[in-house]
Amino acid sequence: MDFVKPSIEYAEIWPLLVIFGVACLGVVVEAFVPRERRYLVQTVLAALGLVAALVGTIMIAGELDVLGDGQARGLIGVEGSLAIDGPTVFLWGIILVFSLGGVLLFAERRLEGGVSAFAGQAAALPGTEAERQASTRGLEHTEVYPLMMFAVFGMMMFPAANDLLTLFVALEVLSLPLYLLCGLARRRRLLSQEAALKYFLLGAFSSGFFLYGVALVYGFAGSMDYADISEAVSNDVGNSTLLLIGLGMLAVGLLFKVGAAPFHNWTPDVYQGAPTPVTGFMAAGTKIAAFGALMRLFYVAFGSERWSWQPMLWVIAILTMVVGAVLAVVQTDMKRMLAYSSVAHTGFLLTGVLGVQQASQLSDGEVTSMQAVLFYLTTYGFAMIGAFAVVTLVRDSGGEATSFARWQGLGKRSPLVAGLFAFFLLSMAGIPLTAGFVGKWAVFTVALSAGAWPVVIAAILCSIVAVFFYVRVIVLMFFVEGEPEGEVASVTRPSILTSATILVGLAATLVLGILPGPVLTLAAHAGEFVR
Amino acid sequence: MNDFPWLTVLWAVPLVGAVLVAFLPKAPGSVLPKQVALGFSLLTLAVGIAVAAQFDTGDGGMQLQETHTWIEAFGVHYALGVDGLGLLLILLTVALVPVVFVASWNEADGRNVPAFFAWALALEAFALIVFAATDVFLFYVVFEATLIPAYFLIGGFGREGRAFAALKFLMYQLGGGLVLLAAVIGLYVVSADAGNPSYLLSDLQNIDMSTTWERWLFIGFMIAFAVKAPLFPLHTWLADTTEKATPGTSVLLVCVLDKIGTFGMLRFCLGLFPEASQWATPVVVTLALISIVYGAFLAIGQDDILRLIGLTSLSHFGFITLGIFAFSSQGGSGSILYMVNHGVGTAALFLIAGYLIKRKGTSLISEISGVQNRAPVLAGLFLIAGLATLGLPGLSQFVSEILVMIAAFDYHWWVGVVAVTGIVLAAIYVLWLYQRTMTGPSVPGDEGLKDLNRRELVAVVPLMVALVFFGFFPMPLLDAANPTVDTLLEHVGVSDDEPTVPAADHAEEGAH
Repeated sequence: MDFVKPSIEYAEIWPLLVIFGVACLGVVVEAFVPRERRYLVQTVLAALGLVAALVGTIMIAGELDVLGDGQARGLIGVEGSLAIDGPTVFLWGIILVFSLGGVLLFAERRLEGGVSAFAGQAAALPGTEAERQASTRGLEHTEVYPLMMFAVFGMMMFPAANDLLTLFVALEVLSLPLYLLCGLARRRRLLSQEAALKYFLLGAFSSGFFLYGVALVYGFAGSMDYADISEAVSNDVGNSTLLLIGLGMLAVGLLFKVGAAPFHNWTPDVYQGAPTPVTGFMAAGTKIAAFGALMRLFYVAFGSERWSWQPMLWVIAILTMVVGAVLAVVQTDMKRMLAYSSVAHTGFLLTGVLGVQQASQLSDGEVTSMQAVLFYLTTYGFAMIGAFAVVTLVRDSGGEATSFARWQGLGKRSPLVAGLFAFFLLSMAGIPLTAGFVGKWAVFTVALSAGAWPVVIAAILCSIVAVFFYVRVIVLMFFVEGEPEGEVASVTRPSILTSATILVGLAATLVLGILPGPVLTLAAHAGEFVR
Repeated sequence: MNDFPWLTVLWAVPLVGAVLVAFLPKAPGSVLPKQVALGFSLLTLAVGIAVAAQFDTGDGGMQLQETHTWIEAFGVHYALGVDGLGLLLILLTVALVPVVFVASWNEADGRNVPAFFAWALALEAFALIVFAATDVFLFYVVFEATLIPAYFLIGGFGREGRAFAALKFLMYQLGGGLVLLAAVIGLYVVSADAGNPSYLLSDLQNIDMSTTWERWLFIGFMIAFAVKAPLFPLHTWLADTTEKATPGTSVLLVCVLDKIGTFGMLRFCLGLFPEASQWATPVVVTLALISIVYGAFLAIGQDDILRLIGLTSLSHFGFITLGIFAFSSQGGSGSILYMVNHGVGTAALFLIAGYLIKRKGTSLISEISGVQNRAPVLAGLFLIAGLATLGLPGLSQFVSEILVMIAAFDYHWWVGVVAVTGIVLAAIYVLWLYQRTMTGPSVPGDEGLKDLNRRELVAVVPLMVALVFFGFFPMPLLDAANPTVDTLLEHVGVSDDEPTVPAADHAEEGAH
């Protein structure tokens, strides 16, 4: 048997390798650097790696070759398993930016009085002597940084994957570190571990569906490659029942990752139980990566089978928006409320995804589905990271205070922080002059343009419900009269790390709301997927 | 100086003021924020007058235009311009804000004083952009943005129960706003299908859209404006809001912000969807008539002065809408005039009622009596404002009411008949209110009731002067309004196969 050396386009994929390298180096650091120096070394290493990868991504974005009729730019590399094109580098860029925000939040130590938000010794059982000792000795897990870098590596690979196997590998590389990170909270450890276990079990279950889907689609097309699958679909070879079932199962796996109903049940528990910095990082990063992967799979591999999956997405999108918006109304915990609101946002994003049209149906300069979704993901990520960063600041004697009762009257005690949080909420609600509005406008427009008016009407109705629960929090913070029952939360002064994350989120949300032009142009410039 | 961006300066001045005031120290008793805010509002008034001075009343089109690309991907422009309609509402806004500031000088004391004045200035800035926007997307953005200052003004500075009133206000308005969003998105799709996505009014007016699209989009716009104006049956936020908000806030809401509803009907419903507007006329006219009569009856039944005044506006907005959808030059000019006069008259009513409530500590009519014995000036001014509201000849509202009446009878005799009852009912609610509160024996505890002080007089006297002046000499207002109406009706008529609308010409009156 002949072995041929695979050709690997190092010039285009090196940011991916940098992140992977930093993750591996992080493991080495854990083994060889003394405990007291690990925190500094790990944070600096992770931050430098992300910055280097970001710079590389920007450089690569500028040098991608234009293909064919100019609709797409980039190449399919690494023997057909990764596609480095406009959307990929755009998504890489925002994933790296949000990961950088994540590192800053991970590294915050002032809020917990000199230690990080992660458990001192994850192996010590909650409530035991060992845990108390770990706490008094001021232990902390610096393994979280390499874990996070592995997750980032998976997130970057996920939207770039151009065959089903790579897609599955990326899915697992992205998920496994996150399962671990979710269970590492310093406070309320049982809740955190429960969240991790739930996430892991449900995630493993959905991976099973996904893998079975891969097998069935392979059975239909005889190939894992997106291009070959697309070819097989348009030539209508083989058994289309296999294709439809396989497509459905792949969709289950991906819709689980984006948190779409009816596969959203893990979201509130995991968002609530995970350490808040992880929640913020995960909420932004996973959703971006999974939407990238979802769109590539559906647009490229199953693009010719659009009439099969578009109606399914209609139903899923409407269901997701309704479930997210309605259940968010009855929440009394800030993190759970944000979790359900993120489910609703998944629905809005799906509205954009199902608004795909052939280029010939669009008039010159019209907003494309890809452009709308990419922009929405950007705005959503900034608002989510910002909002969760604010949540880490609001604390009482038991750590972070996430129940609504504790937040009552926060606007009077700490107008600045409450005002920032209100601004992020207004953006998520899609009030004009914030980034969220422009994003919402874009996804609704592409959906309406593709004729999906029932989805748009449902989206508008859900937006009204969504406004209600966001504004309810603002009322709670600013306008509720009378003395709150029990202890109230106050704002702890963060270090520059968290402040910087919040400020960047704020600035981006404001600027993208008032002058969205450049980023929209950038998203348009990303063009279509390479096929 | 023709290229000077007057309209940008017009909204930038209050916005800068708002930011500045918000960061002033909020030491209790400090008058600095109030003075700075008043200064900025007067400066805005000066800019507004400068804009008016350059306005050519002979031209029915847009003037002082500024157009820059804003979001290229969406075909959105930062485009401003004024016609007669926009100019009158801009002048109303810039004139009312200083009045409100003087009248509400001590309203926010004990709360966050700079915040009150800063939000009010922000509201003014956004309202000014709304009236000057000639790009639908820009209009939509600021249309929604006005809600944020309004929400904080109601929620932060009103009476007991204001948080709920503010939430109800916001939910209604955002609900209407999101329906409008759907229609605005629809406009983009229509415009993109036509080949070149653009939100400029001038581009959109030239698009040939299908009847179905036009009607759906019209419905979307109309629902949003009916919530804003408000029109029956989407009015229920109005009474709660005016009851709980401070009188100054109510003036800004009812006299300025709600005008966006009727302004939008003229500018967008008629301007963009002329055929659909005519198609929907029977329904809209019916709703307007219900608003006129139902609003008046509700007002008669109120025991809270502020609720009562709020509900009179429901009746008045019914008149304005009726005038707009009667499709005649009298109706159009009458309703534009009505918007201005209603703004002035209702502002006077709200502010004087606010003075009274401040003195008495209650807003219940049943607990107030015989005020004129102790405070004759207050009672007298209240009577003038009330008489203006009921359309007494010689006061400004009469002129606009008669024009709308002519248009109503012109449209159909029974429409006119129903509308006339609104005037009769107006006499009842105003005079009965006056009789119960101002006349009769003084109630115990009124011994210390003081008449209006100088500051309070300074705030309302300009409004009184305007009421009388425009009652006898409405020509300046009509000169500004008429060309706009003529242009608009021409636009509506041109796309109409069968010109049922008399061409905008006063001579036509004789034919009926």
